[in-house]
Formats: sequence, C-alpha cells, structure tokens
Amino acid sequence: MQQKGKLDFLKEKSREIRKTIVEMVYRANSGHIGGSLGAADLVVALYYHLMEHRPAAPGWSERDRFILSKGHCTPVIYAVLADCGYFPKEDLNAFRRPGSHLQGHPYQPKTPGIEASAGTLGLGISTAAGMALGAKLKREKQYYYVLCGDGELQEGQVWEAAMFANKYKLDNMIVFVDRNYLQTDGNSETIMPLDPLPPKWESFGWSVREIDGHDFTRIIDAVEMAKREKGRPAVIIAHTIKGKGVSFMENVAGWHGTPPGAADFKRAMNELSNGI
Amino acid sequence: MEYKQTRQGYVDGLLELAAEIPELVVLDADVAKATKTVDFQAAHPHRFFNCGVQEQNMLSVAAGLALEGFLPFASTFGVFATCRAGDQLRNSIAYPSLNVKIGATHCGITTGGDGASHQSNEDIAIVRAFPNMTVLVPGDYEEAKQATRAAARYTGPVYLRFGRDAYPVVPAVHGHFEIGKARLLRKGTDITIMTTGIMVHEGLLAAGILEEQGYAVRVVHFPTVKPLDERAVIAAARETGGIITAEEHSVIGGLGEAVAGVVTGACPCPVIRIGVRDVFGESGEASELLDKYGLRAVDIVGAARRLLIGVRD
Repeated sequence: MQQKGKLDFLKEKSREIRKTIVEMVYRANSGHIGGSLGAADLVVALYYHLMEHRPAAPGWSERDRFILSKGHCTPVIYAVLADCGYFPKEDLNAFRRPGSHLQGHPYQPKTPGIEASAGTLGLGISTAAGMALGAKLKREKQYYYVLCGDGELQEGQVWEAAMFANKYKLDNMIVFVDRNYLQTDGNSETIMPLDPLPPKWESFGWSVREIDGHDFTRIIDAVEMAKREKGRPAVIIAHTIKGKGVSFMENVAGWHGTPPGAADFKRAMNELSNGI
Repeated sequence: MEYKQTRQGYVDGLLELAAEIPELVVLDADVAKATKTVDFQAAHPHRFFNCGVQEQNMLSVAAGLALEGFLPFASTFGVFATCRAGDQLRNSIAYPSLNVKIGATHCGITTGGDGASHQSNEDIAIVRAFPNMTVLVPGDYEEAKQATRAAARYTGPVYLRFGRDAYPVVPAVHGHFEIGKARLLRKGTDITIMTTGIMVHEGLLAAGILEEQGYAVRVVHFPTVKPLDERAVIAAARETGGIITAEEHSVIGGLGEAVAGVVTGACPCPVIRIGVRDVFGESGEASELLDKYGLRAVDIVGAARRLLIGVRD
C-alpha cells in the first residue's frame, strides 16, 4: 500500500480512537487506559485497512475475525466497533455500567462485532485456534487475528495454544503481541522475564516478525508478509508504548488500570486534540 | 448381574450421533484410550482432535469450534476438566453459554487405583455453581448413552459425568431420557431415596431391604443434577416427609445439597446425605472404596432407619 493519503487517514483515525478511549475510561471512572492507547494503531490498521468485515452484517460468514485476548483493553475495540457502526456511539457512554452490553471485558453474546469472550488472560489464542481449525474444516478462507499482551505470555495456556496451532498448521491465524514491557505490577523483565521473545515463538514453529507497532506501514507489511507464508501460524511482535499519545501516560505502568481524574482528563484530551 | 462401563456408553452414543450430526467433533487430551474416544478416532479420524496433555487449551479450542458452528465434545477426566481447566470451563464455555459438551470420565471414588489425585469427588459441586451449565450424571451404560444423545440435541454447555469402572446395568433407568426430568423408580410414602449416577443401583437395593422390613420406600433417580427436577423433590418432601440422597461425590455441593436447598425453601423435611464425607479418597479397588467410604445400600438403609424410627443402627 502506502499512499500518503491512506496513512494520513489511519493516523487521524487513531487520534480519534484515542480520544474516545480516554473519554470512555474517564466517564466510567474505570477501565484500562494505557494498554488501550498503546494498541490503538494495531487495531486501527486491522479494522480500517487489513480486515474484510461488514459492520452492517456482523455475522457475515467470510469476515475476518479479531479476538481481543488481552480482554482488559476493551476501550480500544469498543471505540473502533462503534466508529465502524457495529453499534451506536452513544452506547459507549454506558461502558462498564449495569444494563450495558459493553462489559469490562469482551462478552461475545452481547456485543455486536465481538467475536469471542475473554477476560482471564491466556484464553484468546486457544479460542482463535479452535475457530481457525473450524475454518479449515469448512474450507473457508478468512483470517483470525489475535491481540495479546506481553505480560499475558506468562500464562502457560498461551504456550499450549502455540503448540496446538503449529500441530494443525493454522496459517490462517496471525497473533499480535503488544510488546510494551509493562504489566500491572511493573516491568515485565523484572516481574517474569520474557526476552528473548522471537526465538521462543520460532522454536514453537511459528513465523515471527518484529515491528514498530505504531508504524502503519510496518504493521500492514508484516501482515501481508505473514499471509504469504503458508503452512504455519504467524506472530507479529509489535513494539508499542503503553499510554501512547498522552505524554504523561506513556511508559508508565501506573496507567494500566487507573482512570484519569478531571485534570488529567482535560490534559489528555487537550494533547490528543492538538497534538503533543 | 451384568456390568458395563458408563464411559463406553458415552462413546457408543457419540458413534451413533456422528452419522446424524455432521458438525459433531470430538476432542481429547491424551487420554483417548481411557475415555474410550479412541473408538471414535478409529471411525472418524478427521473429526477427532487429540490436544495432547493440554486440558486448558482443549476447552478454549472447543469454545472456538463452537463459535464456528461445530458441536464439540471435549473429553478428559473429570478432575482435569473441572479443576485443572476450571477457568476455561467457566470463562470460555459457561459464561458465553457456548454449545460445548464436556465428556468427563473417571469421576468419583470408583476411579480406584489412581487414588485421590484422580478421583473427582467435587466436580458436580464446581460445575453446578456455574450459571448456564447443565449437569448430567447417568446411572449406567445405557443411560450414559442416552444422556450423551440428549446432550447433543440440546443447545448450550453440558457437563456429562461418567466413571471408570464397569457398573451394574439398571434396566429401570433405560426409558426415554429427558434433560431436567427425574425418574420415579419405585412408589412409596414412608420415605424417599434420591439417587444420581451409579448410586441408583445401591438405592434400589436399599429400597428392597427396607421393603422387607415393612417400609414403602419411594426411589427417585436424578440423571440430571442441574437443572434439578424440583417438582419431584417437593412432591417427595410433601408426601414422604423424609429424604435420603445418595451420590458418588462429596456430600458438599452435589445432589444432596441441591435437594436440601429446594426442600428448605419449599417444604422443610429431614434430608440425610449419603456421599463421600469431606475427605480425599485413596487407592483401592472400586468395590473396596465404595465399602470403605460408605456408599453402599447398607449405608442408605442405616440413614433411612435413623429417619424412620429415630434409632442409630
């Protein structure tokens, strides 16, 4: 790809989505803001460029699927789904409120466009692998994208799923690891070291790419290359900045699950509106 | 007396269903020879997926297959399905109410020689507590087969509980299987024995012994523990005034507490629970363990007599 117009469109979309994320978490006074901001560019690249999907027909059988395994980052996917038209934007006002279909963590039966429920970490790659296996059995061609956190890779089930996807040659599956080195309690390498990550995945039989997760050209190229590689699942380790786009939230573990107060909300929205 | 394995009933049910339901697939976690799904693998190799020793992954994979319109039967031992993979059972399957069936074998104390680590005496308690779950505990081979068939025709998550051993064939439970319906096996008004799973055999034996002593004993069998047939429970409480429950499971959280919960709200009467007391099991032959842990007709009779005449045998 990569006409300038398209890149500008995606960048602008990300900026809008980030504003919606901050508004949602501020209004709910609850939710995970840092990881949602950090993953915004990945999710925007998928929904506004890479994925085939029809918001007016969420059950269209040939649609590409997106599974949010790091389930706490619902603000980013809800913001994108609402913007795409899966449900009214006003619904975002009731995020995490009783009676709302927008649960704190994704709940597939209730929310149009949510493909799989998640919440406890480590479920998403397994679920997507089951779906991708099902697509192979049905001889369907769509892709299954998963977004998981880097801290999430500390869950043993992730590596069970990595073995399974390799066994069944699920080349219709592309996993993004949101590699920001931060988890709830601090730096991933002091809490439970993950590096070196690429050889771990390679040794499990996956094709591995490492990119800047805020560079749309890299994100799109990595997915297109992964799709061309047949016979094994693909992982894209996307280096991101937790809290990206709001200067005082960037790279601060404390913004994992803490909502902003009124002053911080104003500052954040000001930065996102005017550029840092 | 004829003896047959309930786990064989599970797989024989799956083999019948395979021809009827093209979306049916079977998963196992490296215990296919033990769960008997190896028979399904031999007949339908392309509809069988061995997940290796990965119960957690298997249950989430099953959820994914259900989301794509398949009808997965995920098979492993009860202790692995509910304890090792309890989170996946809860969050991947029960919470979104996906159409996944769990075929749990080697449940209860009759798992025998492997000992307490493999004897799931808590699985009914765990799965009962999850909203959306249906819990089926058949009493013999044929009822196991019918329960499997009924589970396949029902939309939603179902936990199917089977044992390891060969258990007595109980013709009284071979009628039409309907999820949520108890079976009235003997009429009586003095007291009621309520059974689930393989304890139906001991319950009927106990009723026969009590009859010889002059009591008219009602026997009601519950192959569905959840949703519980509350009408059958309330009728028994009202009409017989005392209930003995019998299950090859802990007295905590199983049929006994489910029955007691209904009775206390609707028509209070004494409920004595026969089951494994609050202890872990141990290695031994199934029959030795049924004796040692108090899961025999004689134990049911003793409890019944305490209620009927107020004396301790």
